[in-house]
Amino acid sequence: MSGDALRPARNIKFKDALSEGLCMAMERDPGIFVTGISVDYPSGIFGSTVEALRRFGPARVFDAPAMENALTGIAIGAAVMGMRPVVVHPRNDFMFLAFDQLINVAAKWRYMYGGRAGSVPIVVRGIIGRGWGQGPTHSQSLQSVLAHFPGLAVVMPASPEDAKGLTMAALRASHPVIILEHRSLFELTGPVPEEYYATPFGHAKVVRPGVDLTLVATSYMVQEALVAAGVLAKEGIEVEIIDPRSIRPLDEETILASVRKTGRLIVADTSWECCGFSSEIAALAAEKAFDALRGPVRRLSSPNCPAPVAASLESVLYPKASTIVGLSLHMLGRHPQGNLRGIDAVDTFKGPY
Amino acid sequence: MKAEPARTEIPGELRLEMHARLLRVRIASRRLAELYREQEMRTPAHFGLGQEAVAVGVVTALRPGDVVYSHHRAHNHYLASGGSVYELAAELYGREAGCSRGRGGSAHLTAQAVGFIASTAILGETIAIATGSALAFSMRGERRLAVSFFGEAACEEGIFYESINYAAIRRLPVLYVCENNLYSTESPLSVRQPAGTELCERARSFKLKAERVDGNDLAAVYEASARLADGLRRGEGPAFLECMTYRWLEHVGPHFDHEAGRTYRSREEVESWMQRCPVKRSAAEIIRLGVADEAALAALSNGITRDVEDAVKRARAADPPPQGDLYADVW
Repeated sequence: MSGDALRPARNIKFKDALSEGLCMAMERDPGIFVTGISVDYPSGIFGSTVEALRRFGPARVFDAPAMENALTGIAIGAAVMGMRPVVVHPRNDFMFLAFDQLINVAAKWRYMYGGRAGSVPIVVRGIIGRGWGQGPTHSQSLQSVLAHFPGLAVVMPASPEDAKGLTMAALRASHPVIILEHRSLFELTGPVPEEYYATPFGHAKVVRPGVDLTLVATSYMVQEALVAAGVLAKEGIEVEIIDPRSIRPLDEETILASVRKTGRLIVADTSWECCGFSSEIAALAAEKAFDALRGPVRRLSSPNCPAPVAASLESVLYPKASTIVGLSLHMLGRHPQGNLRGIDAVDTFKGPY
Repeated sequence: MKAEPARTEIPGELRLEMHARLLRVRIASRRLAELYREQEMRTPAHFGLGQEAVAVGVVTALRPGDVVYSHHRAHNHYLASGGSVYELAAELYGREAGCSRGRGGSAHLTAQAVGFIASTAILGETIAIATGSALAFSMRGERRLAVSFFGEAACEEGIFYESINYAAIRRLPVLYVCENNLYSTESPLSVRQPAGTELCERARSFKLKAERVDGNDLAAVYEASARLADGLRRGEGPAFLECMTYRWLEHVGPHFDHEAGRTYRSREEVESWMQRCPVKRSAAEIIRLGVADEAALAALSNGITRDVEDAVKRARAADPPPQGDLYADVW
């Protein structure tokens, strides 16, 4: 960060914060380039790469064929020669095609050559879809799978401020970084400082302080958690919301300190339960804060089925604010008053993706 | 006898230099395979005995600043590039002095000081990575080349086609060197590629310049590589070089097929290829051309043998990585 006094934050959208972080990093580092399918379209990854193309031109922001695995290898080979590639996947589901390069090569490069072949500072952005029939292969959320492997940093910005800060941190890291960005957050508006700043990895954010229950929420689930916490506050229940921001490295201390304070823990995550991030946090609490727990840890994740397309099925698929409120009341031995469904935000997303 | 006009164009000194490099690769590889039998090198090793001329011929056509990537059968390319025998042996023994400090083993070698960037174990990975290094050179306007060595089985992986397609679109300075040794593990070409397949034709259909050479003919490999490298430096786009060769030992490990009871190749077939030994052919050519005599070549060979022996002894005696370093260099 520069020594300049902080300028006041303006309210801007998540997608514009991503764009601002990218452009500021590109200004400082001529080795950064952005590639992947559709990065140079007028629609520019839902608006997040349009400005970079306008300012830095097609030599640094350029389209690529559908070749996810080789493109990742190409990014690695360019990074080894001193470049800083950003590979973008309009849906993170396509990253499965790149797992060989991501996991067998990028994640292990530094280690498997004993530090003698340098490192691979690539940044891979993957967008998580949700709703409007995104369905089984356009709405998965890959953080749990990717965070499994030593050597990859996995971050999930949940606010415009962190969208910018984590992008800039990723673009000066000395290792590969996966940024998973939730499509439902792109139009979210929030305060974002104007200057250059990097949000450090491994530092969770206490989004809302509270004493009665800890709610660890990732990515879009932070939005649902905030709605839920507002409703619960009216019942006299103060929920502490923690956004880990980086899945790996994980800030265990902030989560554990909160659990020790509240004694109750819900983990709301966008991926599945089985071997998932929510299970990891449950294990963390069980191993390191067991005496503080006043009841079982609960996980709110995707139900154990692929995501269906039909609206009737999709409407019961995702955990929402009402789900969080219901579960929180239950954990505190209270009963919901009236129909909680009314608290859930109406999804205004118009598609197609 | 067929005329071979191009042969005489290689200066005697270069011929001898290449032969010395070839001998170093052969003698070191053979010694490592012998020592491997002692079960002290605990890393799956794919020895490249019989295929050495491909590595040496290609690497000799490179210049400082060019970069080399290899695959699971990486020793030849590492050694041909000038990688240290001591550090290779130490890597196989799992020593801190190994080229990858005992973390990578036989398939994950590096020697960046001599332009050998890395080898990886999974088929086709470094085809894309080399392409990416060429992209960096192209974006920065540097006149450097990237070379990717791989076996013909990597041409059965999707990443090969993704990569050559991309390199052709962007006219990247990559030389794709396919070492066609006819077998993938123990699977023959007949179960992997349709009869009559010409890999050069596949490469040409992607708009690459492509040549096929006898990979056991050191001079032929060098000449083709030099020709293709010239085109690459002129910005003519990527090239594909298919080198026909043969692996003498089993797919992984130090044994001949017959010693290990392997039946996928006949002993006659292996022996016929051993008759076409690239080292013997290079030596015969040098003597025929009067560049050096038999005694001089024997002295050269003896000197290398002594150096290799010294290197492997020191490597074996070197220290293992300290256990406290298990987590070092993860990030």
